[in-house]
Amino acid sequence: MSARDMRDAYCEALVELAEEDERIVLLEADLMGANGTTAFKEKFPKRFFNAGVAEANMVSMAAGLAVCGKIPFAASFACFAARRAYDQFFISVNYARAKVNLTGTDPGISAVFNGGTHMSFEDIGLMRGIPGLVIYEPADDISLKALVKEAAYHPGPTYLRLHRKGASSLYAQGEEFRLGKAKVLRDGADIAILATGYLLVPEALKAAELLAGEGIDAAVIDLHTIKPLDEELVLHYAKKTGAVMVCENHQVATGVGSAVAMFLSENLPTRMQCIGIRDEFGQVGDLAFLKQRFGLNADRIFHKARELLGRKGE
Amino acid sequence: MEAERLKRLEAAARQVRYDIVEAIGNIGIGHFGGALSIVEVLTVLYFSQMNASPANAKDPGRDKLVLSKGHAGPALYAVLAQKGYFPRETLFTLNQGGTSLPSHCDRNLTPGIDMTTGSLGQGLSVAIGMALADRMDGRKNRIFAIIGDGESDEGQVWEAAMAASQYGLSNLIAFTDYNKMNIDGLTSEIMNLDDLGAKWRAFNWNVLRTDGHDLEAIDRAIDAARLESDRPTMIILDTIKGKGCSIAEGKLSSHNMAISKEQKEKALGELSAAMGELS
Ligand SMILES: Cc1ncc(C[n+]2csc(CCOP(=O)(O)OP(=O)(O)O)c2C)c(N)n1
Ligand SMILES: [Mg+2]
Repeated sequence: MSARDMRDAYCEALVELAEEDERIVLLEADLMGANGTTAFKEKFPKRFFNAGVAEANMVSMAAGLAVCGKIPFAASFACFAARRAYDQFFISVNYARAKVNLTGTDPGISAVFNGGTHMSFEDIGLMRGIPGLVIYEPADDISLKALVKEAAYHPGPTYLRLHRKGASSLYAQGEEFRLGKAKVLRDGADIAILATGYLLVPEALKAAELLAGEGIDAAVIDLHTIKPLDEELVLHYAKKTGAVMVCENHQVATGVGSAVAMFLSENLPTRMQCIGIRDEFGQVGDLAFLKQRFGLNADRIFHKARELLGRKGE
Repeated sequence: MEAERLKRLEAAARQVRYDIVEAIGNIGIGHFGGALSIVEVLTVLYFSQMNASPANAKDPGRDKLVLSKGHAGPALYAVLAQKGYFPRETLFTLNQGGTSLPSHCDRNLTPGIDMTTGSLGQGLSVAIGMALADRMDGRKNRIFAIIGDGESDEGQVWEAAMAASQYGLSNLIAFTDYNKMNIDGLTSEIMNLDDLGAKWRAFNWNVLRTDGHDLEAIDRAIDAARLESDRPTMIILDTIKGKGCSIAEGKLSSHNMAISKEQKEKALGELSAAMGELS
């Protein structure tokens, strides 16, 4: 089977969940079409609620549905899901322990032509600050589908960072995934490249190829769950390679890189290099331009990896 | 309105419409629908009503506009280019990397843009702050704001509605682009606004309603709003999403629409034929 568009895989997961379990409900805030969930509405019109352009209302409504026994998924663009409805997600959902699954789409530079106002470089940071919240960002359609299904039954709230446009499979059909258990895509002994999400995991794999060309043996790990961090695997590769890179479509400060850095600095201080946004706002442009502008590409990972290794053992 | 003046406004509006289609058509995708529905109100504001031009762009006493439905930026850019804030060619850099014209309005990038918008629901509150500041400093200017009907789902719009009347902001004139459409469906189906005028009246606003594609009627409504001495005014504009462009007009799909080269040429052909008729 060929790769499906990410949002189609997302919707498929929701529909399959809903077919099995009538507690599954879906909320959108006037971005149903954009988020690809029209098929859910058509199939389960009574279990679909469009809140209009009212993200805060949507998230607290989802909390109410959860408190009364439903299993809601609620979505908007990541910038609005995280920033606009943060207090509602914090209080009505997380603090109240209401089991809501929030989805933020078009994370980071993938907001492309919508520009700076729509570019969430901080949603992981906001979400990391919520005690116990599960945060995940799958890199392909196969892992996305599997992880959404697992998230539905995780006992607490979850936040899905969903790259919605694009079709690529990194994994074979039937591969198994667990929230909190990262995937080793490529083993290596010289450096470990941890990457998150649809844009950066493939770039990390490309960078590993470039490094191999120079005799550098790089491991690549798909860190699909950002919180809880797969500490065991991170520790293992830090020990094995002594050099860790983290790549994300997000601010380095408060993002995945800082989560890994904090963990390692307390447990096994390791030389690190982070690829991500450095204290800047987003801006408009196409994906190729934005990847280059913010240095979120294989070339930069490759160069930064070499730099890191040059310093190694000094 | 004298015939000559109306003719000038009509010509300006047609050029704006043409430029929107050409600029968005150039990059191949964009917010056609919501840009085309506000062509007339923007034309009346900048070519008849507002004291705003490149010459007074830095003057705090100028009239200011918050285009709260910031995704309609390309419509305002077309107007600003025609007013001479920047060359017309700049329109064709829309949304390209490094441009000064991003899809959503940005006061730090674009000459003539008074406020940054794009996260719906915030603009009317910002306009209130501007109206308060200008009133505090004794300025006699007006603050204008344009919100969407879908945008009116946001609770913040109604927080602003209360605040503006609480502070008696007669220097604030707002518009609702009532094109009856959100993205996912008709406004009546997604989140029904029911009697929108009654809602604003209940918040103690002066409320007017007019055909949002009738230049003269919009101009008259703004003249009337200027007479109000102690309340803000909401002018509800009955509009059509995608107005004036056959591939977009009245279509839900026009919100953020991809357009091929052929569609663009066809649309521009229609619009230039219309411009020819006028001259
Ligand atoms: C806070 C926020 N939520 C969602 C969006 C995405 N969005 C952009 S336009 C739009 C629909 C707005 O409808 P309306 O105000 O009626 O705009 P118009 O029909 O004039 O284009 C949505 C949901 C946004 N820009 N801001
Ligand atoms: Mg509308």
